[in-house]
Amino acid sequence: MFGFGLLSGLIFLPLVGVAFILSLRGDDAATVQNARWAALFTTIVTFLLSLWAWRQFDTASAAFQLIEEKRWLGGGLSYKLGVDGMSMPFVLLTTFLMPFAILASWESITMRVKEYLIAFLVLETLMIGVFCALDLALFYLFFEGGLIPMFLIIGIWGGKRRVYASFKFFLYTLVGSLLMLLAIMAMYGVAGTTDITVLLKTDFPLSMQKWLWLAFFASFAVKMPMWPVHTWLPDAHVEAPTAGSVILAAILLKMGGYGFIRFSLPMFPDASHYFSPLVWTLSIIAIIYTSLVALVQEDMKKLIAYSSVAHMGFVTMGLFAMTQQGVQGAIFQMISHGLVSGALFLCVGVVYDRMHTRDIAAYGGLVQRMPLYAVALMVFTLANVGLPGTSGFVGEFLSLLGVFVVNSWVAGFATTGVILSACYALYLYRRIIFGVLDKPALAAIMDLSPREIVLLAPLGVLTIYYGVHPGPVLDASAASVALLVKNYDAALAAIKTAALVAH
Amino acid sequence: MINAIVFLPLVGFLIAGLFGRVIGARPAELVTTALLMLAAVLAWVTFLQVGFGGAPASAPVIANWMTSGALKVDWAFRVDTLTAVMLVVVTSVSSLVHLYSIGYMHEDPSRQRFFAYLSLFTFAMLMLVTADNLVQMFFGWEGVGLASYLLIGFWYEKPAANAAAIKAFVVNRVGDFGFALGIFLVFILTKSVSFDTIFAAAPGLANKSIHVFGMDVDAMTITCLLLFMGACGKSAQFLLHTWLPDAMEGPTPVSALIHAATMVTAGVFMVARLSPLFEQAPAALTVVTIIGATTAFFAATVGLVQNDIKRVIAYSTCSQLGYMFVGIGVGGYSLGIFHLFTHAFFKALLFLGAGSVIHAMHHEQDMRRMGGLRKDIPFTFAMMTIGTLALTGVPFTAGYYSKDGIIEAAYAASAHSAAATYAFLATVIAALLTSFYSWRLVFMTFFGERKTGDDHGHDAHHDHGHDDHADHAPHESPLVMLIPLALLAFGALFAGLIFENSFIGEGFTEFWRCSLFVAADNHLLHEMHEVPAMVSLTPTFMMLLGFAAAWYMYIVDTAAPRRLAEGNPFLYRFLLNKWYFDELYDFLFVRPAFWLGRLFWKGGDGRIIDGLGPDGVSARVIDAAGRVVKLQTGFIFNYAFAMLIGVAAMITWYLLEGVR
Repeated sequence: MFGFGLLSGLIFLPLVGVAFILSLRGDDAATVQNARWAALFTTIVTFLLSLWAWRQFDTASAAFQLIEEKRWLGGGLSYKLGVDGMSMPFVLLTTFLMPFAILASWESITMRVKEYLIAFLVLETLMIGVFCALDLALFYLFFEGGLIPMFLIIGIWGGKRRVYASFKFFLYTLVGSLLMLLAIMAMYGVAGTTDITVLLKTDFPLSMQKWLWLAFFASFAVKMPMWPVHTWLPDAHVEAPTAGSVILAAILLKMGGYGFIRFSLPMFPDASHYFSPLVWTLSIIAIIYTSLVALVQEDMKKLIAYSSVAHMGFVTMGLFAMTQQGVQGAIFQMISHGLVSGALFLCVGVVYDRMHTRDIAAYGGLVQRMPLYAVALMVFTLANVGLPGTSGFVGEFLSLLGVFVVNSWVAGFATTGVILSACYALYLYRRIIFGVLDKPALAAIMDLSPREIVLLAPLGVLTIYYGVHPGPVLDASAASVALLVKNYDAALAAIKTAALVAH
Repeated sequence: MINAIVFLPLVGFLIAGLFGRVIGARPAELVTTALLMLAAVLAWVTFLQVGFGGAPASAPVIANWMTSGALKVDWAFRVDTLTAVMLVVVTSVSSLVHLYSIGYMHEDPSRQRFFAYLSLFTFAMLMLVTADNLVQMFFGWEGVGLASYLLIGFWYEKPAANAAAIKAFVVNRVGDFGFALGIFLVFILTKSVSFDTIFAAAPGLANKSIHVFGMDVDAMTITCLLLFMGACGKSAQFLLHTWLPDAMEGPTPVSALIHAATMVTAGVFMVARLSPLFEQAPAALTVVTIIGATTAFFAATVGLVQNDIKRVIAYSTCSQLGYMFVGIGVGGYSLGIFHLFTHAFFKALLFLGAGSVIHAMHHEQDMRRMGGLRKDIPFTFAMMTIGTLALTGVPFTAGYYSKDGIIEAAYAASAHSAAATYAFLATVIAALLTSFYSWRLVFMTFFGERKTGDDHGHDAHHDHGHDDHADHAPHESPLVMLIPLALLAFGALFAGLIFENSFIGEGFTEFWRCSLFVAADNHLLHEMHEVPAMVSLTPTFMMLLGFAAAWYMYIVDTAAPRRLAEGNPFLYRFLLNKWYFDELYDFLFVRPAFWLGRLFWKGGDGRIIDGLGPDGVSARVIDAAGRVVKLQTGFIFNYAFAMLIGVAAMITWYLLEGVR
């Protein structure tokens, strides 16, 4: 494709859609509708192209694949792309969910529709770029660039307190990433390049590793988000439009976890080991603390946002166990959470579009008017709870197992999250769906429309499919994770022998 | 064949669940019931083949579930005698309950949903009992928990039903917390979760210690205790029992199927299935014995004073589950399973009989408003009596063999274990209490004066369906409900007689083969047959005593119960309020959880993190900016003065620098 590879195609295809939408003149209904179809078409084609990439991808190999490299900005920086088993699933998750995001905004967004669609398509470009970049500077560009469209989506198409929420979101994430930029410059100083494949083989001295690790951590922890830098998330979710929440929860949060896997763990293994108790502590606090907070929420979106923080706690915990099960479980948990939390936010959007409130107390007894909706929400609630047979279970189980091998206390505390998640999720379900439908405003509420069924059904099917057959995701990451764990253990062993020799 | 047994209910669930609204209620009922009956027939064939025909145990792998490093989990159906017994229990009771529900639920507008749930439950339960590894068992384990949640909350308009459903799920999750940790430990110890590998490794792990939770502990003991915690949750054992009585909010057929015959016995099944592990952990078995004995006694005491007909039976179930754990705890795994087997028949019979009573009384459940029903519903009366005979252990009924067997075993084991002595005493006293509350139920319901018609109002007990009954006279249930009763009654009478030899007698080894593991020095089944005659007669004596007491208090001198309650107000209230466990847990867990949640949200997130973080920073910025604005007064002399000070400061600084 014009001398570019498949991954470049993936990254730039959404921009083609942007160009087309920009070329549309006028703001009449027909034009706007054309823009919607164009955006949907673009995202679907991008998804199909990513499936093609997936076909080309060899899951048995741990190496980077589909590599392409162009010199860029002269010297050390280069435009280098490639995927391995730990990034390919995220690329697919992104391209898979984008059509849902467009479709979810079909009717609910009526103001500045073209600009809205453009923001989403640009966001898709940047998100795919993050997961494909093999150059640290390029990664940083995509990683930070993603802030801008999301900032606009919340700030322009958001709810009442949208400006507060978008600034909070922006400030939090920016402060973190500035530290990362400093770390990147320091790494360039040592290695002389920002090529990730080279950096992965570079040994950074231990003292330097710690500082670099902390700088990267500041950025990824905010993105994740980990306790105590999570408070931007509930506000951002509450104010964001439905599709914004979906993408935020499903993909943007995963960038933090991906960052840990791609940089912190393999490049600074000793520091990762050194700081793992810190990460575990924060993860456990996140799981228990935010689950309890979720229990008392009065706003549906806030509740799901807090539950996202708790689920991300499982991810960070599993990652820093650095065992095969722990890391694979964490990756699976991120993919699963992408599907499930995305679907949950869509579900909230369904009733929000009808009633224009997210207040839990405004609902009750919906099952009588909306049986299909009740089924859909039940499936995703159970997946959120981690019921075996849904995708939520596999990730939680593997990451807990992985961490138990390393530290039984951590696993023991984290497993209480399994109890707490049942509490808040079923309590929410009961208040919305069950009971007597006695609120006059709800008396004429309609069940899912065909469009909404098209939105939710594939996610429900995938949630259950990955629950009983998680093989596709697990197999994709197996080889790369095995290599990651092997290198990590080797690095720790080297430190140990060095320490012994010194004595 | 095993595939058919397991998947037929799933097919039924999908048909009734997905297309129920299209095909209508009656086809959905018929399809699910027919599929279940087919599965039941196949299950009996399997049972005869494996248990008596000598067919080898097998565990064909269906597909891979997940693989990650050393962890490999397959979908596989293990068929051995233990599984076959459970298959028979699950599919038989389930198909009868399906049939019964056609009559019982005939006025409910969402019957399709009900039958779909029933079939879903059966599928999950079959996945549980056929599991060949711990994770698949966990799948079935949580699956039945889900079905139980859905069925308890079936009448979703009742707040009490919703609360009970959530309570059941959450309390079970507490047990599952232990189960999950137990699975992790097994994986650490054996690098596998598959039964064959674990069981092969178990003998080598005896007396090995492991470092977990900051302690060095006996590996097998801690593993088994954690796994047993799961069993406690599912089988409603002492401390985790609170959900079971509340679960009676669900429709009565559900109580019979899930909360009496099958799901609640999953814990017993699990411990028996893992007998190779538990045999290496005597300390854990002691705990099993103590918990079981305590439950048997505790639940029986509460059952004495309950007035809701279903709650009495629910506490009875809880108590009988305690018996099963005592049987297992003293080393008689087959005793526990035998009692599970016979209990399934007579307890399902009692629940369905109670359902028939409730049906006759137009959804009245309070026994104080019943009485004299034996003339109105004679068939139900006869069936309930059979169930009661079996439960109380009248000689040659099913309960006589299994329950008395457990008491004898506890006595035999008490020679070398103090816990067994405790268990023996507790189970003997519980036998007395069991007999009392069971006959109390029969007498209050079927004997005495008819109390219906006077103040029989439409109160909280029936806020669904039954509103327009002009005729309030009790009526016998339709045939579709009575046939299941008759079949279960047959089992309640003869299951013990027929199967005693195979389950716990001479045919023991030949019947169970490798499905239950018994350590070489465990001779319990022989010792229990050599206990003194006095001991063997004790349960029967207790049964008679309980019957006499109930007869006296509810037939002869009907004022006696009131006098007794008024004479011991504290004890009465203590029992009536179920030893105040609900209040205690509410105080210890529920309220603090909400309180902490609010504290963390408003205090932690709001005041501390946001207050010191983004909001604080922005507030300070605004503050600072505000002060800067104040400096800009617009008066020349102010600026000039400021400049002057600046110049002075600069000169001073240069001077000092120059001096240095």
